[in-house]
Amino acid sequence: MRPFSYQRLQPGDIATLPNHSSRDAYIAGGTTLLDLMKLDVMRPTRLIDLDALSQTDLGSIEVADNGLYLGALVRMADAADHQHVRAHYPVVSQTLDLAASQQIRNMASLGGNVLQRTRCPYFRDTSWSACNKRDPGSGCAAIGGFNRMHAVLGTSDNCIATYPGDFAQALIALDADVLITGARGDRTIKFSELHIEPTDQPGVESTLNPGELIRSFRVPAGPWTRRSAYVKVRDRESYEFAMASAAVALHLDAGTVSEARIALGGVATVPWRAREAETRLAGKRLDEAAAMDAAEVAFADARAYRHNAFKIELGKATLVRALLQVKAMEI
Amino acid sequence: MGAWNQFKGHDIRQKRYSCTLLMSCVEFRLMPQRSAPASGFSRRLFIGITATLAAVRALTPSRGSAQQLGKDAREELVDPSARAGLSLRVNGRPVSLSVDSRTTLLDALREHAGLTGSKKGCDHGQCGACTVHVAGRPVLSCLTLAVMAAGKEITTIEGLTGAGDDRLHVLQQAFIDNDAFQCGYCTPGQIMSGVACLQAGKAGTEAEIREYMSGNLCRCAAYPNIVAAIQDAKSKMGRT
Repeated sequence: MRPFSYQRLQPGDIATLPNHSSRDAYIAGGTTLLDLMKLDVMRPTRLIDLDALSQTDLGSIEVADNGLYLGALVRMADAADHQHVRAHYPVVSQTLDLAASQQIRNMASLGGNVLQRTRCPYFRDTSWSACNKRDPGSGCAAIGGFNRMHAVLGTSDNCIATYPGDFAQALIALDADVLITGARGDRTIKFSELHIEPTDQPGVESTLNPGELIRSFRVPAGPWTRRSAYVKVRDRESYEFAMASAAVALHLDAGTVSEARIALGGVATVPWRAREAETRLAGKRLDEAAAMDAAEVAFADARAYRHNAFKIELGKATLVRALLQVKAMEI
Repeated sequence: MGAWNQFKGHDIRQKRYSCTLLMSCVEFRLMPQRSAPASGFSRRLFIGITATLAAVRALTPSRGSAQQLGKDAREELVDPSARAGLSLRVNGRPVSLSVDSRTTLLDALREHAGLTGSKKGCDHGQCGACTVHVAGRPVLSCLTLAVMAAGKEITTIEGLTGAGDDRLHVLQQAFIDNDAFQCGYCTPGQIMSGVACLQAGKAGTEAEIREYMSGNLCRCAAYPNIVAAIQDAKSKMGRT
């Protein structure tokens, strides 16, 4: 690991965050950052430890009539185990429960989790010189390489790395807001505006400005949050990233879909909301044929590479299963 | 991959040690020059040596001891990562260490505090061999910086039964009774996760145990017996 200086923020520092350079990095759980620093993929010269800010609103979960407030420094395990979250936002706790391992869920913060970097092996291994994420303009070793794990939605000729997270699928499906804080104060964006599909600089993955950090997430309440679930298909039953996943929330009126919320994981370069599929389901009776029809729409623009064509079929089947499972929920 | 990175990490650390030793050599050679009448010559020489030193720092691996590193004040001046002192609370006792900011909690425990029960497997948070409890919860000490654990209660496999208690923890005995290991390398991490699984009340079903324990890999594949050991310990501890 390269040398870096280390600074620990105090709870009061949230109001006056220190000056930030592009070589600085915030650290919370450290499960992505330290891993990638050991691999020499990320090379910050200063780490700013946010842990003490857990004593502020960044470390709390609040339940309000208009939704759920999740502080960015709440640990994944604590959010997953929260009784109100389990009962009223099952898709949120399931995306957290089914992610990573218990140790990592105990360490990783919600804010860090949504910003985790891709697991693309060509990104993680610096002996591959071609990686536009690490070195813009150097090329993409994955496009002509072994790309079984890679994305089929939201790809570009610059990068096909999969966004690996689960929790983000719940947030984008439920149309969460992100409260961001920085030296210039607070601002709020939609969660769907946080991540950026790969451009010619795919290393820029979010719309956060240097020095800004996520303060909290607000998940709006709605009649669909209780009837929600996350289906995750992967190479092994636990402690594995999704090959394909679907976060689904439904508002049903006597078997007819009033509103559907669908996000797809493991198949896209960013957290992926399948809005066309949602629209296709609206006003319909949800049966297997309608679910399959929606899945076709969700993957209509999918583009397969040499080794990952199976993800299109797998992704559709995963979505169909999730839709029918959520429909069958007794709430 | 893990072994290669472990090797690389070790290599980088050794490079820094070499610097401490080299600096004392340079200092020794520099002193007579400083007393030379042409002061400009002396300064140029110093700059030259400093540049050489920087090159040597980057290129030459050699051996040294970790204790020398943090105590060398000059090292802190030239390197922002150097950190003189760090106090951790491990197994109920205060432990004072001299580590730099890059030192992981795992390396601090093993290499500095002499607590080698926690194991280094992958060093990338993928195997769980390094699992310890921080503030009562199992975490990966290889992905935790030692400085991040300051002020928090750390428990390792050595501290599972409390100071001065030579008896085995119920789960340790259950691992023996249920033949829950072969080579034993993953076992301390398995037991730290297993104890937390029992304490958290997440040992209700086999599926629940397997999910809680999925971050601890066992290449000997003793998984069925590990699950059996946890169930055995649960019945003996009278917990549900």
